[in-house]
Amino acid sequence: MSHKEVLLEVKNLKVVFGKGKNKFIAIDDVSFDIFKGETFGLVGESGSGKTTIGRAIMRINEVTEGQILYHGKKVNGKISKEWDREITQKIQMIFQDPMASLNERAKVDYIISEGLMNTKNFKNEADREQKVRNALLNVGLLPEFSSRFPHEFSGGQRQRIGIARALVMEPEFIIADEPISALDVSIRAQVLNLLANLQQQNDLTYLFIAHDLSVVRFITDRTAVIYKGKIVELAETEKLFSNPIHPYTRALLSAVPEPNPYKERDKVVEFYDPSQHRYDIQPPSFIEMEEGHFVLANEEELERYRTSLKMEVSK
Amino acid sequence: MIQTKSPILTIQNLVIKFTLRGRVLTAIRTISLDLYKGESLAIVGESGSGKSVLMKSIMGLLDKNGYIDQGKIIYNDRDLAQFKTEQEWLSIRGKEVAMVTQDPMTSLNPLKTIGKQIEECVVLHQNVKGKAAYEETLKLLKDVGIHDVEKRYKQYPHEFSGGMRQRIVIAIALACKPKILICDEPTTALDVTIQAQILQLLKNLQQKYGLTTVYITHDLGVVAKVADRIAVMYAGDVIEVGKTHEIFFNGKHPYTWALISSLPQLGSKGEQLYSIKGTPPNLFQEIKGDAFAPRNQYALKIDFVERPPFFQVSDTHYARTWLLDPLAPKVEPPEALQAFFEEGRRYAYEP
Repeated sequence: MSHKEVLLEVKNLKVVFGKGKNKFIAIDDVSFDIFKGETFGLVGESGSGKTTIGRAIMRINEVTEGQILYHGKKVNGKISKEWDREITQKIQMIFQDPMASLNERAKVDYIISEGLMNTKNFKNEADREQKVRNALLNVGLLPEFSSRFPHEFSGGQRQRIGIARALVMEPEFIIADEPISALDVSIRAQVLNLLANLQQQNDLTYLFIAHDLSVVRFITDRTAVIYKGKIVELAETEKLFSNPIHPYTRALLSAVPEPNPYKERDKVVEFYDPSQHRYDIQPPSFIEMEEGHFVLANEEELERYRTSLKMEVSK
Repeated sequence: MIQTKSPILTIQNLVIKFTLRGRVLTAIRTISLDLYKGESLAIVGESGSGKSVLMKSIMGLLDKNGYIDQGKIIYNDRDLAQFKTEQEWLSIRGKEVAMVTQDPMTSLNPLKTIGKQIEECVVLHQNVKGKAAYEETLKLLKDVGIHDVEKRYKQYPHEFSGGMRQRIVIAIALACKPKILICDEPTTALDVTIQAQILQLLKNLQQKYGLTTVYITHDLGVVAKVADRIAVMYAGDVIEVGKTHEIFFNGKHPYTWALISSLPQLGSKGEQLYSIKGTPPNLFQEIKGDAFAPRNQYALKIDFVERPPFFQVSDTHYARTWLLDPLAPKVEPPEALQAFFEEGRRYAYEP
């Protein structure tokens, strides 16, 4: 694990909205690393802050405290113009709702090349057209589509346009914020496969934000579970799913309906009660329990989790 | 669970069309479907497959440009397809068939307290007034799992979370004392933990009130949890119908196979997930043969020419695919599915 190159570091990130009485702490002391070439999943319920983290990395939301480092260099706060331009190009985003994220008045050609024009990342008109064409081909659309308007496409195709728009910038790192939750079941698989193929071809790193745990299990290498602005557990995806430790993770996993009527009906859904933690007596910290498996706990809980972990292994 | 096999609602050869800018779109293509008393039926399909249109037609809620072209909807010896006036529909809507809609954020009136909104339906449908209506409203609120009901009665929708609002929408539906409850994607807008609670609530209420429920959804996990029977829809047609375990573990139509195998749960990491190529057909054009044929790797020549009839698989299980014809070649379902089928067959009982 340790020999992997760290692409993005988030250190003690804190994002606060509002001031004084209306202060709301959206992200509270969150730290994690994303390695080059991996797919890092961020799961949580609505309002947990998963999108805010993504937006903080994109520099859409201002960071209140802490640091975000890309290739070891700071991206939040005051940065030089060159570095700003470089990360604008290197970090791209794919949005949730393909019906809302494309400019209805612009042709596909403009939608895809808007980023190129802003960074002047092409030699001449022919080069720009070539880039747009390649981007369209890469996502499985025809180059002729570039002269059409978004309303002429289906949801799945529109999402592909959204992906092409990110790809044309030749990014290294893509933040995919619920990229398939607005799509139909049969189209979902197509887009998931496309994302996986593009990752291999272009050596991409993904931050995959989602609430659908079955998708997260399929596509991500490591996953962080976030609850009310705090990461409660982080581990390799398979480990997290087969051996969840934190009670919130357990509740979340047990609530996901399985497409198997037999299993589904016998299943006991666990409920998470935040008042079970005695954090007023002993505040928790984010501790590595085994290699690469972090959990938010205090000393007393850690003891309990450790024994339960041993039980699981010996079973 | 009581499974008396008497249909409470029968749909016969229903065809529903829409006119759109002078063109005619066929949303429902000759569907026949029975809904049995006390059961919970799930209608599964992609968007545009006609699942919502089918259920809206039962309540007389089709958009203005939509109309029933042919067929019958029989309920209590009356043919709902013949209904012309709003007056006639009012005897069905709410009283007999009620609906829980998808988005609890938009289906409540933000200017009225939730108590008043529920009481409105109680007064209208249960012939009670004043104190009795108030008491009934509080009882409904308790039934849907809301605590501190006297205080909650006086609150406005914005004071409730998404899950709580969905509970209120359910209470409003129940206030009409319906026989049939249609749940149109009841949990799509909710978080998984809340979803589990709402689904459990709906199951409990079904027992308590003796409801017949219809779930419209595309989430097969939800279906596995709540449904007794499943009807799979594609391009305005029911292509397979059967008991839940029959559809999951002994599906016969290639579209059913494709739907299940494209679930991420069945994929293994690092490999391609099974995906259906292409897109659903254009409903403006007349569909010849099996609508799924152009996307179907198992399609036979006849699939492009003639619409397959329903072949019987078991007493409760029917599928519209030529593959079940005695003359058709033997075809094995996709590899990813076979292990899943095998797993399901290990259970010898009905869930």
